[in-house]
Amino acid sequence: MSLGPHLLLALLEGLVGACVLALTALGLALVFGVMRIVNVAHGEFFMLGAVIAAACAGLVGDPPWLAFGCALLVAPLAVAAVATAADWAVLRRVRYDPESTIVATIGLLYIVQQSVLVLHGPDARAVPAPFYVRLDLGWFGYNGYKLMVAGAAVTLLLAVWLGLGRTRLGLYMRATQQDREMATALGVPVRRVYATVFALGAALAAVAGVLVVPIQQAHYLMGLDPLLLSFIVVIVGGLGSLKGAVIAAFVIGVSDGFVSVLFSPTLAKILATLLVAMVLVVRPRGLFGTSEA
Amino acid sequence: MGASRGGDESTSSSSQARRISRRGALKTGLAGAAAGAGLLTVGGIPAARAAGSDRPIRIGFQVHRTGIGAVYGRWYERTANAAAAYINELGGIAGRPVELVAEDDGTDPRRGAEVVEKLATREQVDFVYGTLFSHVVIGSAPRAGELKIPYFVVSEGYHVASGKLNRYVFQPGITDVRSQITAVAGWMMGNLGKKVAMIFPDYAFGYDHRDFLSAAVEAGGGTVTARIAIPPTETAYSKYFPRIPADTEVLYHVMVGPGVLTFVREMGEHFGSRRPAVFGFVDSLEGVPMTSPGLEFLDGTYLWEAMPRQAGQYDTPHERFYRERVGVGPDGASIRDPKDVSTYSHMFGCWETLFAIKEAVEQSGYRDPTPADRKALIETLEGFHGFNEGRSHPQGPKVFDGRLHQCFGQQFVSKVNAGKLEVVHRTAIEDSRYEPAADYTKMAL
Amino acid sequence: MSTSSARIWLLHAAVLLALLLAQPLLPEYHYVNVARILVLACYAVGYNVLLGYTGLMSLGHAMFFALGMYGAGLPVYYHGVGALPALALGVAASALGAALFGLIALRTRGVAFLIVTMMFGQAFHLTLLHFNVYTLGDQGFILSETIRTLDVAGAAFDLADSRVKYNAALGVFSVCLLASLLLVRSPVGRVLVAIRENEDRTRLLGYNTYLARLLALTVSGTIAGAAGATYALLFSYVGASFASILHSIYPLLWTLLGGAGTTLGPLLGTGLMFYLEIYARDLTTAYLVVVGAVLLVLVLWAPRGILGTLRDRKARWLP
Repeated sequence: MSLGPHLLLALLEGLVGACVLALTALGLALVFGVMRIVNVAHGEFFMLGAVIAAACAGLVGDPPWLAFGCALLVAPLAVAAVATAADWAVLRRVRYDPESTIVATIGLLYIVQQSVLVLHGPDARAVPAPFYVRLDLGWFGYNGYKLMVAGAAVTLLLAVWLGLGRTRLGLYMRATQQDREMATALGVPVRRVYATVFALGAALAAVAGVLVVPIQQAHYLMGLDPLLLSFIVVIVGGLGSLKGAVIAAFVIGVSDGFVSVLFSPTLAKILATLLVAMVLVVRPRGLFGTSEA
Repeated sequence: MGASRGGDESTSSSSQARRISRRGALKTGLAGAAAGAGLLTVGGIPAARAAGSDRPIRIGFQVHRTGIGAVYGRWYERTANAAAAYINELGGIAGRPVELVAEDDGTDPRRGAEVVEKLATREQVDFVYGTLFSHVVIGSAPRAGELKIPYFVVSEGYHVASGKLNRYVFQPGITDVRSQITAVAGWMMGNLGKKVAMIFPDYAFGYDHRDFLSAAVEAGGGTVTARIAIPPTETAYSKYFPRIPADTEVLYHVMVGPGVLTFVREMGEHFGSRRPAVFGFVDSLEGVPMTSPGLEFLDGTYLWEAMPRQAGQYDTPHERFYRERVGVGPDGASIRDPKDVSTYSHMFGCWETLFAIKEAVEQSGYRDPTPADRKALIETLEGFHGFNEGRSHPQGPKVFDGRLHQCFGQQFVSKVNAGKLEVVHRTAIEDSRYEPAADYTKMAL
Repeated sequence: MSTSSARIWLLHAAVLLALLLAQPLLPEYHYVNVARILVLACYAVGYNVLLGYTGLMSLGHAMFFALGMYGAGLPVYYHGVGALPALALGVAASALGAALFGLIALRTRGVAFLIVTMMFGQAFHLTLLHFNVYTLGDQGFILSETIRTLDVAGAAFDLADSRVKYNAALGVFSVCLLASLLLVRSPVGRVLVAIRENEDRTRLLGYNTYLARLLALTVSGTIAGAAGATYALLFSYVGASFASILHSIYPLLWTLLGGAGTTLGPLLGTGLMFYLEIYARDLTTAYLVVVGAVLLVLVLWAPRGILGTLRDRKARWLP
């Protein structure tokens, strides 16, 4: 393949990859931004979304768009319910202490993952996309559904961004993010905001899982990678900053599209991981805001 | 074929085995009682041991029930259970019933070694058997060697034949990846083309393919136009396809793990109808229905199979018998659930290995897990030259190389036609032989 | 102080002596299991120095375990180095690695430190996979049988022998346990605890908290590496799965269960989890669910773990 189409493909893959990344990381960014906690079970919420989509495909069958629609309704609700239960039973009780929360969400990770193993089995299941179009670009073909995923990611990002800026809940969230005690003093129901944000973050992860699963496969161990990628995006972008996370997702996604085509993809991953660690080392305070001692 | 007496029923015909069998019949009552006692121990030794040679032959089954190997593990377990049930119908091993003691290793090398430990010392099994994933085999083999317990793997890895394991490890029921590649490379170059681009997973299993296929292609006068290693955690593959040079005649792919469907689908999306010939290893699609969305692209491409998934493609009475006993339907899926597709090109190894154990036990006069009996078993097995095709070896005849502890067998090339795999070529056993690099028989016991 | 000190040393001596004398009583299966537990408990002892006494939570300790493992295993594999020099090389590799890592990572703390450790751990795991040509990647390698003898003072011990495994494991564990006990009872150890409780105040008191934390991380990584090297030599397998993130979660779990900030907690936690997993496996395929359940129970009802709770309620003198 000549250079032009090669670059076109790298760009296309990079952009779609970036959208998927941003979509995957959105929930984590929101939760970290508002609550200052790291949800290690984020990847499992993503996996739950994908597995629920596979279950819907199995139950509803044809047509695929109907099963997909069901999944898009059921998955975020079900996963938000799981998250709310976890918030109520565990996180609230440890007062969202950062380290206890990490330990608790590691525990949650195992429980969710192993429950899926029991209920869904160990198989990787393909889930049909709601529609299938192969776009023939002359030099190579491309899956039209991937472009829809990218579109959906952009829409969701905009929705969350608008929601934060224009709604009362968004106002509460920003107030809580900036100063939890002051927000409480001003009558913001912080506890309810926390529960809502945690459920919302989980629902977003589930939606990402539903959207992404037709271009991947549903598997009970699929959660770890999205988790690590989300960490990378959220950290590079600046924790708590949605805009930063989006920019980071695009920089990482597009550069990954090029780097792993030109160099070894594993090497690219090693370098990206180390880069993220160094960002944290060099600017811990800047990226973590002021809540860290 | 040398030491094997083959035959369908593999009944024990040596006088020794018959003697044991008769004695077994006299004391079944006692053995049954002991077996019923289960794990009750007398002075740290399971009560079953007290019954001496009339107790069941206990075979530890190290299975990947969880972790990345779980799909294979489920079918390995079904096949092993079916084989054990059939052997018991035939009168057991040397007249003694077979009992499988299954234990999950989570497809993890650390647990693998711990499972070998538990099976050997707590369950006091006679042998350990059934491991598939190479890293688990390599992680578990040292402990099996230290415990001096015969360890039969069903892994298709090149680790046994490479000589890096130990004298207690055998692979008598499934061929290794090097022999598979050696067998089919010639056909691929003769029929599809000599300019080969390879796509393989970026870890040890993929490197076996990279190295052995490269060697075979170069030996056959062809060239490898690209070697594309893809990380095992990858979820998007489109970006790799531009690296395949335009003059490539054959695209050779082997992928395993949960990403394979995406890989195939994206390969199809990328090339459309303007693709080179495609030759793959069915490892990519084990446990996956050929009717899965996106697999239409594979129509007209070729796949290596160890044992044809589609019924009737290798139509022997033994194959039909085996398929029925394991519970596999004509399309390779479970009879009970058409979505539950078998790992047909691997799991026969569990069936055949159990029969290899049976033959080795009966011919060596093995009775108890004592050093002398184990030595006799290992030396007997090393003296085998092969196994005849039959109900006990439904995949086909095998040549066994006692120096390598490894068997060799026929391989198949199948063409995908409207979602069905149709055999177009069957290799001879000789096609898969290579220069042996090891001799376990010279190692100490 | 002196009676409490005597009591502490007596307790540790008694635990080690019990482990030494229990040998004839242990059936073969449990015998080697306890040997495994002792090696893995070293890993947790190392982890505890950092989490329990310095208050730094790491999710990348598998990196140090693997550094020890490969530091010992690669020279054996490629150059046929003997068991004891290999152990020394493994320990040295992890000490060096931990110190260098500490120089970089200790600029952060809290959650940032945790993520940095996780990222470095992940990068190290990928590096082991990427340089497959040298490390043999995910498949790993076996240490050849020819080096599997331990020459100590003229006597040759066969590492395949369960008794040798057990006593070697116990030896390494004793050294690690006593090292951690000495450290936490030393003036430096008290500084570490002070950092855990309030780093700013400790710094204001004139202590160089950065150096103290660097020391803690180095000791912690070295002990974890000693565990990795010992594991490689005793069980003769080296593989990248030991560097995975899940292998970093285990020492956290073991330490929290036994009691972070208690010297004997890691041993208790490792042993309990080891057997809990085995028995859970007999009950369900999804036996790893016990890992999750134990973590949640600890977070909710016993954040100080078993020995930590015991210390709070009954025995305040426990170190």
